[in-house]
Amino acid sequence: MFSFDLLANAVVAGILLGGFYAAVSLGISVTFGLLDVANIAHPVFIIAGAYAVYAVHTAFALDPILAGLLFTPLFYGLGVVIYRIYYVSFERAGEQSLRGLVFFFGLLFIAEVSLILAYGVDYRMIEAPYIGRSVSIGPIGISLRLGVPCVVGLLLTLALHLFLAKTFYGKAIMAVSQDSLALRLMGANPIQIKTIAFGLGMATASLAGALLIVIVPIEPSMGREYIGRVFAITVLGGMGSIGGTLAAALILGVAESLTSTFSGPSWALAVSFGILLLALAVRPSGLFGR
Amino acid sequence: MVRKGTGGMHVWALVGALLGALMLAIALAPVSQAASPLRIGFGMALTGGLAANGKAALLAMEIWRDEVNKNGGLLGRPVEFVYYDDQTKPASVPGIYTKLLDIDKVDFVVSGYGTNLIAPVMPIVIERNLVLMGLFGLANNEKFNYPYYFQIGPNGPEPAKEFSKAFFELAAAQNPKLRTVALTGADAEFPHSALTGARENLKQAGLEVVYDRTYPPTTTDFTPIVRAIKATNPDVVFVASYPPDSVGMVLAAHEVGLQPKLFGGGMVGLQFATFQTKLGPKLNGLVNYDFWVPEPTLNFPGINEFLKKYQAQAEKQGVDPLGHYLPPWAYAMMQVLGQAIEGAKSADQKAVGEYLRAQAFDTIVGKVKFGSNGEWDKPRVLLVQYQNIQGTDLGQFAGPGKRVVLLPAVWKSGSLIYPYAEALK
Repeated sequence: MFSFDLLANAVVAGILLGGFYAAVSLGISVTFGLLDVANIAHPVFIIAGAYAVYAVHTAFALDPILAGLLFTPLFYGLGVVIYRIYYVSFERAGEQSLRGLVFFFGLLFIAEVSLILAYGVDYRMIEAPYIGRSVSIGPIGISLRLGVPCVVGLLLTLALHLFLAKTFYGKAIMAVSQDSLALRLMGANPIQIKTIAFGLGMATASLAGALLIVIVPIEPSMGREYIGRVFAITVLGGMGSIGGTLAAALILGVAESLTSTFSGPSWALAVSFGILLLALAVRPSGLFGR
Repeated sequence: MVRKGTGGMHVWALVGALLGALMLAIALAPVSQAASPLRIGFGMALTGGLAANGKAALLAMEIWRDEVNKNGGLLGRPVEFVYYDDQTKPASVPGIYTKLLDIDKVDFVVSGYGTNLIAPVMPIVIERNLVLMGLFGLANNEKFNYPYYFQIGPNGPEPAKEFSKAFFELAAAQNPKLRTVALTGADAEFPHSALTGARENLKQAGLEVVYDRTYPPTTTDFTPIVRAIKATNPDVVFVASYPPDSVGMVLAAHEVGLQPKLFGGGMVGLQFATFQTKLGPKLNGLVNYDFWVPEPTLNFPGINEFLKKYQAQAEKQGVDPLGHYLPPWAYAMMQVLGQAIEGAKSADQKAVGEYLRAQAFDTIVGKVKFGSNGEWDKPRVLLVQYQNIQGTDLGQFAGPGKRVVLLPAVWKSGSLIYPYAEALK
């Protein structure tokens, strides 16, 4: 069954999938990787973003990606509120480790039940001109349903990387992730910076949700399926490294695609997590970890 | 004296009142016992991957309960449901049914929706000798042969095999002869059973297997799988998939350009209005299993009245707006149990179980008679083809002509458009 066409197509499909995985993992990369806040509720907010996009798309026939972009300020605000509650209730008291985890676990269920109450449990899908179509470049076929999310994912990663590397607030976020005490001694308020960073991480959820509903039908509880995957990508890439997150997402995407094509799809997840274990054994801080 | 006399009267009045209350309580006791509700317990997927179907099934069952109660209940007792959300997690099912039986003390249990959620109930009901009505389980009783398990899906005495039998019969009937087949499905109980049956049936159809692989249920991108299938150039592609996978497969097939001569088989979800109205013409040509479709050959008494009631409430409850797939069967399952309890004139498990084994039942999905393993004594799995779908308008799926029945011949309502690519034109 092996052919170079098949191999090339599998690699390209893996890159497309990786671009999407990067988009859904960026929020965790910021909140968990940079701020050390294990926001396990993040995937359900991606689903919430997908539902918000679905609602706007159904009402106004707006392009899903554009709708996702429009929701980013709202999700930023939501992130700010959630972090404030988390900080006041847990982080300030130094009880963020276990109780904080329980807080986000609770948040996950509350958000999930809210979605069920608002939209019911039926699957939701949208229509867009690029769903179900593909373009061919020589022997390689590119599914636009995955190609568009991949491009958006790559742009989102680039934008976040530039923000963190080039802007004042971005540098402050990097600083707070390295040494918040030193930042405080410089006269900056680490809590304010962390609030902005958490809001930023949450803002990526609406766009990631838009990408998700372009690729697959959604239902309220499917966020749980992504918890393991997004944390694995963040850890493999190296905590807090945006470029590392993209690299890890691409590696897992390509590994999944190659396994699905040549060795049987059942092994895809096992191979992905095998790579994670192997990488961590050799390099415990992740591929691009400090 | 007056005070004393009055006091004496009070004492006698009190004694009289107490005696009267006691006699009234004794007199009313049998009445209140007779009117105590008949409780039916179950777990149902109200959240999780199968919730869309589970909630629709619950709505159908509640329509049945309300109708029965309006007509005086069962055995003169009002019917009451006790149910819990199984979250589509098989691991939560044993706890739910133990609670239903030991704490809630329900009179009967029925299953939740689907093979994976029925499997964990089997040991519990077998241990306690209880009747269990199953809702769309594929071959759950295959290894147990438990006498009081009754499954409403019309898969017949050999459920795993019957599920795909018509599909491969159709493949075998084509001229020139089809030679190769690709099989794929999710790593879960139902697809595994369906694929096991398919492997048996394809031998009789004389097909050679060129691809036979399963995928994890959490798969996001199906294009590598479909591309690998396409590379083997099969004449027939048989897929046993759950709703999101079915959508992924159909979209990926269009993106990759997979066009075997016969495509479909056991794809759950394509029967739902939600997907039909989004996939639209992309469904054309697919040949898939089904259990009931709005074709003239399947217009059973009561089905339209039920669907009218269901559809009136479906939008409000956020479930499938047409309800062609599971709701009529959930309703029929309760009809069968209700008729058995009334027929046996008892809520005794053995009496009802024996009645279920012996009798036939009139339901909105036709006449139901169970065979020795609790499946229908004669199979009625339909093989339908999606045809002439234009656009994504919901109304077109409500009536006949879009999912025509190809097999069994007795229910046939249209002809196959062959090969698959021809139906896409």
